[in-house]
Amino acid sequence: MPRVWKFGDQINTDDILPGKYAPFMVGEDRFPTFAFAHLRPEFAKEVRPGDILVFGRNAGLGSSREYAPEALKRLGVRAVIAKSYARIFFRNLVNLGIVPFEAEEVVDALADGDEVELDLERGVLVRGAERFQLRPPPPFLLEALREGSLLDYYKKHGRFPGE
Amino acid sequence: MGQTLAEKILSRKAGREVRAGELVVVEVDQVMVVDSIAGSFFKRLEYLEATPRYPERVSIVIDHVAPAANLEVAKAQKEIREWGRRHGIRVFDVGRGVCHQVLVEEGLAQPGWVVVGSDSHSTTYGAVGAFGTGMGATDIALAAASGRTWLRVPESVKVVFRGQLPPGVTAKDAALEMVRRLTAEGATYMAVEIHLQDGAEAFSRGERMTLANLTVEAGAKAGLVVPSGEVLELYRVPDWLYPDPDATYVQEVEIDLTRLTPRVSVPFFVDNVHEVAEVKGKRVDQVFIGTCTNGRIEDLRAAAEVLKGRKVAPGVRLLVIPASSEVLEEAARDGTLLTLLEAGATIGTPGCGPCMGRHMGVLAPGEVCVSTSNRNFRGRMGAPDAEIYLVSPRVAAASAVAGYLTTPEELEETHA
Ligand code: SF4
Repeated sequence: MPRVWKFGDQINTDDILPGKYAPFMVGEDRFPTFAFAHLRPEFAKEVRPGDILVFGRNAGLGSSREYAPEALKRLGVRAVIAKSYARIFFRNLVNLGIVPFEAEEVVDALADGDEVELDLERGVLVRGAERFQLRPPPPFLLEALREGSLLDYYKKHGRFPGE
Repeated sequence: MGQTLAEKILSRKAGREVRAGELVVVEVDQVMVVDSIAGSFFKRLEYLEATPRYPERVSIVIDHVAPAANLEVAKAQKEIREWGRRHGIRVFDVGRGVCHQVLVEEGLAQPGWVVVGSDSHSTTYGAVGAFGTGMGATDIALAAASGRTWLRVPESVKVVFRGQLPPGVTAKDAALEMVRRLTAEGATYMAVEIHLQDGAEAFSRGERMTLANLTVEAGAKAGLVVPSGEVLELYRVPDWLYPDPDATYVQEVEIDLTRLTPRVSVPFFVDNVHEVAEVKGKRVDQVFIGTCTNGRIEDLRAAAEVLKGRKVAPGVRLLVIPASSEVLEEAARDGTLLTLLEAGATIGTPGCGPCMGRHMGVLAPGEVCVSTSNRNFRGRMGAPDAEIYLVSPRVAAASAVAGYLTTPEELEETHA
């Protein structure tokens, strides 16, 4: 069952992927293995496809480096829940096909290591007998995510969702 | 109900009336790509099997590491030039200047336009009434390929600057005060709409760029200065480009310029803003005057005025890097350059210089830099424990002479 990886407030993109492990420094294949290298060195080894990342406030602030969320995607992360997001990080998630949910109470309710199930389209998160309703992604985003990411959507349709 | 300036611009572009919170897809008037992400930009376009839809709406600027600092960078820059030639894309090469300054000088940001840039300080274009915003490599590639981008129409924070600045106080001090008042995440996702009133309309285009530039340090998506003064003289400003009096704002902040004093942003957060008087006396190793925040001709002149007939203190390095080749030429023409050189300044190639710690002026452990730039994050200019104090060009120049953080006025008193 997917597990929750919980982080605190103000996690910046340097925390998610330190600059010295940028793709052009360590190679296109290896950079994802350095996700959270300083903050949680075990993360990249133990994370499983479908696991959920949970952040506090202002998630992903700082450098606009898209290879930070790209590392997460390559490790199989499909959804992030945060109290709030820095805006370039939010966009990068959408563009890459990771669903960014915003839900303060759910972040507070979840603990690191929780086993959960998440219905991405409906925004329903289940932990044991508990059920949390997240605000589902806006239609624009859902449509894009059905093709994988906004980039894939555009590649396939030659336009943005809803155009 | 009335609309904010951001809602006006995005409504115009969307072809219908839009409100804060809506997702829109809009035409982009200019896509700005900087050297450091050009490689990812090319790769994304390749993946899309696309080329820029409107080549004339794309600009690439080689400014972050210029001239090339090592072989890797040199190869990347070569690829930029070749790619530009192949696709008929404008490339501003080594020495032309910092991306934001260059785009404004070249008329590639115009009132009412949407300009997206692969650099967070793309908010700078708001100085001329353009909706400028920073994005990542995929967004930039999509914007180039499609000629459009998706945006969530932002809520707005209204910041009113009132009155005229006292002598010795500058637009940089006003901008730092704004960031202090808004805090580092106070305007996240939002547009900061700047109103200049009761004398503040006199701010030049350059001073407006300093204000719009620093709005991103409060998290802003865009920083829009309501067109007035010099901007009305320099540009054809469309008559719809104003916010309605009954527009809705999330927050309103008023800053009384007549009572402002010189400010300094203290490491390691930009919103950690104090009066210079509180931090005065801090020993300095390097002084850096330049960047998209304060590397314009008026900034160099302000520094030269302080440095005239004086010398940089022994043991202090003064680096001056004009924001563009036009600025450098102007400084050479009017004597500013000679004054700086006589005082002991080192002049660098127009561009970003040491602003993000990759070359030309990297800080060693424990060093202190007084800078006219916009970020003092830990490790930004080199060693993680090196300190960066953000100030105006006048305060930077005075600190170079004194060898410690101080104002020109204090300098007069001590030497009188
Ligand atoms: S001068 Fe500094 S802040 Fe401005 S674009 Fe260059 S690196 Fe970024």
